[in-house]
Amino acid sequence: MKVKVLFFANLRERVGTGVEVVDLPDSASTVAGLRLHLMRRGGAWHDVLADMKVVRVAVNQDMAAASAPLNPGDEVAFFPPVTGG
Amino acid sequence: MKISVQAEDFDLGLEVLDIQQDNRIGAVASFVGQVREVAMTLEHYPGMTENAIKKIVEEARARWKILDFSVIHRYGDLQPNDQIVMVAVASSHRGDAFAACQFIMDYLKTEAPFWKKEHHPEGVRWVDARDSDDEAAQRWRGLKQPRLLKP
Repeated sequence: MKVKVLFFANLRERVGTGVEVVDLPDSASTVAGLRLHLMRRGGAWHDVLADMKVVRVAVNQDMAAASAPLNPGDEVAFFPPVTGG
Repeated sequence: MKISVQAEDFDLGLEVLDIQQDNRIGAVASFVGQVREVAMTLEHYPGMTENAIKKIVEEARARWKILDFSVIHRYGDLQPNDQIVMVAVASSHRGDAFAACQFIMDYLKTEAPFWKKEHHPEGVRWVDARDSDDEAAQRWRGLKQPRLLKP
């Protein structure tokens, strides 16, 4: 199952990419599953995604919890707490 | 009824003029946020940002009688004193206009996907989210007037 994964702000800088299509095993079809899949790459991927207290997730541009299910073609974004305004 | 996420500067006077045309309007409240001291780059999530602001305004419209509004948030490179954000709300009476304007700003700071990177002489630094901003948004939970923040 392919999903589009986006990273923003310091997360984008630390993993070195802003957007990527990830082929996810069917057994990992939740936000938490995707996160573990990416963490297994090690290095910055592991470090950036390890602390979910400072990582927010949106699925198809809506804030989502770790348990949120993923479907083929979904857009999943990882980013830090927002600081606009 | 305007929501804009843009790189360009804005003119508060023109925005206010644009939303005060309806003759039921008796009050317009507005807020402008600007860059303090240090140059910064504002990153955002195109698409989600506009949707998030739309939801915040819808929530405000469910609580107060809003006749018109304009919300503009900039992104990109900004210098000290540059304008970052503006919210203007038109209503029949000032109570609704003041409250809705403050509510929209408080939620923009915690819900809209923008990130500030400051350019200090010693290097760049991503701004950390502040607990006080979360508290400012949370004090509106289920209320039409904000609870007072602790000093």
